[in-house]
Amino acid sequence: MNRPAPAIGFSVNGQAVEVPTAPARRLSEVLRRALGLTGTKVGCDAGDCGACTVLVDGAPVCACLTPVAHVAGRAVETVEGLAAGGEMSRLQEAFLAHGAAQCGICTPGMLMAAAALLRQNHRPDRAAVEEALSGVLCRCTGYAAIIDAVLDAVGNGPAARAPDLGRGGVVGRPLPRLDGAPKVLGTECYGADHLPEGTLEVRAIRSPHAAARFALGDIGAWLKAQREGLMVFTAADIPGENRFGTIPAYADQPALAEGRVRFRGEAVALVAGPAEAIEAADLAAFPVAWEPEAALLSPDEAEAVGAPLLHPGRAGNIVAAGRVCCGDAEVALAQAAHVVEGAVETAFVEHAYIEPEAGVAWMEGETLVIRASTQSPVMDRDDTARVLGLAPERVRVVPCATGGGFGAKLDLSVQPLIGLVALKTGRPARMVWTRPESMAASTKRHPARMRARVGCDGEGRLVGMEFDGVFDTGAYASWGPTVAVRVPVHASGPYRIPNYHATGRGVHTNNPVSGAFRGFGVPQAAILQETLFDRLADAAGIDRLEFRLRNALREGDATVCGQRPGGVGIAACLEALAPRWRAGLAEAEAWNASGGAIRRGVGVASCWYGCGNTAIANPATIRIGITREGRVRLHQGAADIGQGADTVITQIAADALGLPLEAIERVGYDTALTPDCGKTSGSRQTFITGNAALRAGRALRARILALSNAGAEARIAIEPGRILVSEGAVRREIRLADLAEDAQGYVLSAEESYDPPTTPLDENGQGAPYAVYGWGAQMAEVEVDMELGTVRVRRITAAHDVGRAINPLLARGQIEGGIAQGLGLALMEEYIPARTENLHDYLIPTTGDMPEIDTILIEVADPEGPFGAKGLGEHALIPTAPAILNAIRHASGAVLTRLPALPHRVLAAMRAGEAGR
Amino acid sequence: MQELFRPRDLSEALAILAARSEVRPAAGCTDLFPATAAPALQGAHIDLTALEELSGISRTPEGFRVGAATTWREAIEADLPPAFEMLKEAAREVGSPQIQNAGTIGGNLCNASPAADGVPCLLALDAQVELASAEGRRMLPLGKFITGPRQTALGPGELLVAVHVPGEAARGASRFLKLGARRYLVISIAMVAVRLVVEEGRVASAAVAVGACSPVARRLEAVEAALVGAEATPALAARVRAADVAAALSPIDDVRADAGYRLEAAAVLVRRAVSELVTHAGECAA
Ligand SMILES: Cc1cc2nc3c(=O)[nH]c(=O)nc-3n(C[C@H](O)[C@H](O)[C@H](O)COP(=O)(O)OP(=O)(O)OC[C@H]3O[C@@H](n4cnc5c(N)ncnc54)[C@H](O)[C@@H]3O)c2cc1C
Ligand code: FES
Ligand code: FES
Repeated sequence: MNRPAPAIGFSVNGQAVEVPTAPARRLSEVLRRALGLTGTKVGCDAGDCGACTVLVDGAPVCACLTPVAHVAGRAVETVEGLAAGGEMSRLQEAFLAHGAAQCGICTPGMLMAAAALLRQNHRPDRAAVEEALSGVLCRCTGYAAIIDAVLDAVGNGPAARAPDLGRGGVVGRPLPRLDGAPKVLGTECYGADHLPEGTLEVRAIRSPHAAARFALGDIGAWLKAQREGLMVFTAADIPGENRFGTIPAYADQPALAEGRVRFRGEAVALVAGPAEAIEAADLAAFPVAWEPEAALLSPDEAEAVGAPLLHPGRAGNIVAAGRVCCGDAEVALAQAAHVVEGAVETAFVEHAYIEPEAGVAWMEGETLVIRASTQSPVMDRDDTARVLGLAPERVRVVPCATGGGFGAKLDLSVQPLIGLVALKTGRPARMVWTRPESMAASTKRHPARMRARVGCDGEGRLVGMEFDGVFDTGAYASWGPTVAVRVPVHASGPYRIPNYHATGRGVHTNNPVSGAFRGFGVPQAAILQETLFDRLADAAGIDRLEFRLRNALREGDATVCGQRPGGVGIAACLEALAPRWRAGLAEAEAWNASGGAIRRGVGVASCWYGCGNTAIANPATIRIGITREGRVRLHQGAADIGQGADTVITQIAADALGLPLEAIERVGYDTALTPDCGKTSGSRQTFITGNAALRAGRALRARILALSNAGAEARIAIEPGRILVSEGAVRREIRLADLAEDAQGYVLSAEESYDPPTTPLDENGQGAPYAVYGWGAQMAEVEVDMELGTVRVRRITAAHDVGRAINPLLARGQIEGGIAQGLGLALMEEYIPARTENLHDYLIPTTGDMPEIDTILIEVADPEGPFGAKGLGEHALIPTAPAILNAIRHASGAVLTRLPALPHRVLAAMRAGEAGR
Repeated sequence: MQELFRPRDLSEALAILAARSEVRPAAGCTDLFPATAAPALQGAHIDLTALEELSGISRTPEGFRVGAATTWREAIEADLPPAFEMLKEAAREVGSPQIQNAGTIGGNLCNASPAADGVPCLLALDAQVELASAEGRRMLPLGKFITGPRQTALGPGELLVAVHVPGEAARGASRFLKLGARRYLVISIAMVAVRLVVEEGRVASAAVAVGACSPVARRLEAVEAALVGAEATPALAARVRAADVAAALSPIDDVRADAGYRLEAAAVLVRRAVSELVTHAGECAA
């Protein structure tokens, strides 16, 4: 059986190759492993994501579905072939200029699909581009920038505004991302792309049951039946404390389960070995005796009296609860002129980044090095060290491009598992999760079951609100406590509500682990709150936008926590929507007057969102150093998962220093080289790490000015070996060779930290939980098919107050991407364990589902933010779903109480609405 | 053990299948690969994509012949009469351009998914399938070929060679409508294929098929009967009675939709297809 495979000959990017390989292997495997062409990405191995798109004789196909024998004698083209002679093609340049690559994992597939189109059709229109790209999923961009880039490359669309880098700093300029070139060239290295010599592949054995006891059987006998070289690791091999969690006080998740599993997909053992032995291993026969137990599959069951506890000490299976109260909501509602109440239930939502969890670990002397896709390098180091019984200094997390995270790559995934194998064997260990594995084992957005009552007076002024939300936090705590606290703080929306009573709690079940997903429960709460406000506005007979404006928080107003934030921009956002709102209402009315099965509707919703962790310390530290040679290095430890921290932080540092952007070298996160910038979560990096960069830049500048006795307005230039400081006609030189080098090799350096000033919340949730808030409002225009219940979103107008758009190009990208995820949440996304564990059955928006998006950036400076900037990443998703639901109701009368609004639910809700009338 | 045979002609292929009963046919592999997580197809396969006799669409004295290994892309690009328009419309909605470039019509039929988009169209074209084995050849109506979800009448060692559309069925105009929860890359909640032959302002014959609403896509004979003989005016769609649609179908509840919704949607889609066809009646005189 081991006769050498005959070679298969074909050409790749014009070069003839002969590859000895089994003919039924996936072309993607052969390209990536045998030929080292890792530009072709694998997101699903099932044809669903298109990341693996290559051209065969000019036609786009999924390399993961193509047996290599099919390309014998044919011409294969991959992303690596697009840049002729290393020179970027026009298409690649346009992708870079438009911000079409955020995390970049879909970019090679997008580029290849676009390249195929452009060869056939030299001047495609938007519809042709949408169709040509329809087979490639992108979870970051919302496709708008990608489609614009393709149109621009053929001169048939808006050109990207080339930022003028002349004078006056770089903050506020729409710069293409600084780490963009490798993403469009296909040379970026993601978690699955690094393959050191002699690497062991690692696979996990996972539970098929939501709840079970288990016993491992005769592993020795199983190993004997497999090829040589396989090894098995279980919880018994874990040298340290076998538990992790994003919030230390709640750490409860074992890296490998011990005798009991609490959700389907939980890992119970690892099998490691050389690639061929792993491929041949009969993992289905791995000896585990399962003893399934009754699973708690909803918070109702889990909170029932007598329900078994998932974790001892968490009574009622409640992981945490939060509460915010002010005034007397009950009395206020009893006296209100108009009151509405309602309930909404949302589903598990999967992050569906196109890059499944992946990484490799190896030993460098005594140090365990981990390179894996992540949002939280320092926590990865500390938690992995604890599980493996190592001092944190013995673990080093080095940079790796991350193909999307959106919250789920905050939690540990492959890190402790590959770490364990590398530590135990001394050999590099690599793990790449399959798509179903990623979907089963990673965290989800919390399903919510919420109810609320809101009331206003005769003039439409809000007088009171009650809110209660139960969040299914699944088997382990992850970020459940954060959701429980964040939701009551935010459930008021950005409005003045004098009497407020909101509670939230996270409940353990045997469902998937719910964690962080863009907004920590706030998007769910906003769905109920904003849809109730629409009904309340109708009850009061007030235009829905006007109703929101009348109640919007203004500068100096107190939030439901009693905080008076600065830079309150919600009214500005709502006002910015007003012209389109009036036009949209009129257009919908005119359209509907003509009758027909398709009706149009318009909806609006707001958001606010506190940036950073809630009422606890979450500092960031930035170091900038200048070497003797005159190189300026920015040590930036914030993980860039596509959102653009690398670029934004560098822009801030450049302006703080008063140096051009090109003068700054970036040292990406590396726990041995960069100070801790905290996690990429809570929309905190621009604000918090940005402030640290601002301080570090200013401190270093101050030192330079002091050395040359120059005033604050002096200009600094850096040249090999020296710094030139000029003030009017006076020029001074600092010779760097004359200065002493510090331990890090710098002759001048500054390290500064920033921790946002917050105060703890008291038992009524009163305090100042965040130092900065971001604000926004969106308006959706939809079409509802009154006979089929299908919904098409035609247009979204999004106004977001970002304080100061440090980089408007990246800010727009965040908004467009957030809207795509919000649209998915509203209309199609529902994760059901074992049933929608792939991207075939779990649907996320494609090019054809996205509306036209108009983004309006509002800049109401925040007194605390760097250059006035606020966070944005999570905000953009919050208003989308409620705006769409409000538009659906406006068009059709359907009040949806369960999400997603699948066609059959919309139709049923429409009927219920008619029956109720 | 992974093996892939690549025979050059049909008789060689049939000989391999006769000798090795475990060998499975493989065409575009767009259904085969998603069924495994492994880096290669598992087991032994025989690649059909290089077989001349299985490729392409041609006219025959009796009508049209569609080679089993014809890709969706080839179907879209083929020069075919309006009766085939529904097949082209379905082809454009199968997955994505990538899937259309690789996936085949034969694979779609043999895979026998209840949601296979090709099946209602070919049912509405009165298609016959041509099967071959080392023993010989036989023809079957498509409705008899697919026997259940993921089940066909393929015997041991047998291949689907081609799909034949009789000249009589290649008449009229046709329309395919697919309903899914997103625009592209989506499995149908329901889909309908309708072909109408209009003569002198009246429906001379009608073929109506619905997929994803029963274990195997079905022709809706009662609906067809209600259309035949009627005037081809916008009022025609009203002759599609919900009860007639429901009687022929047996949908299930699943993650995409519930059964009741499917029945309703199928009736709406049939009406819309009918009404679009009569609205464009000028073009369907052929
Ligand atoms: C991302 C994605 C999206 C998809 N979207 C759709 C969609 O929208 N609509 C839809 O209908 N389908 C869809 N499919 C399914 C699939 O693409 C089609 O069914 C396709 O037509 C299958 O053809 P194939 O040649 O790739 O089949 P293969 O995978 O090669 O084979 C499928 C089955 O048929 C057998 N077989 C193939 N040819 C023959 C033959 N000539 N004789 C005997 N047996 C044979 C094989 O043994 C196998 O069991 C999708 C698939 C993917 C991956
Ligand atoms: S990896 Fe091939 S389509 Fe997803
Ligand atoms: S940029 Fe498309 S998936 Fe991240």
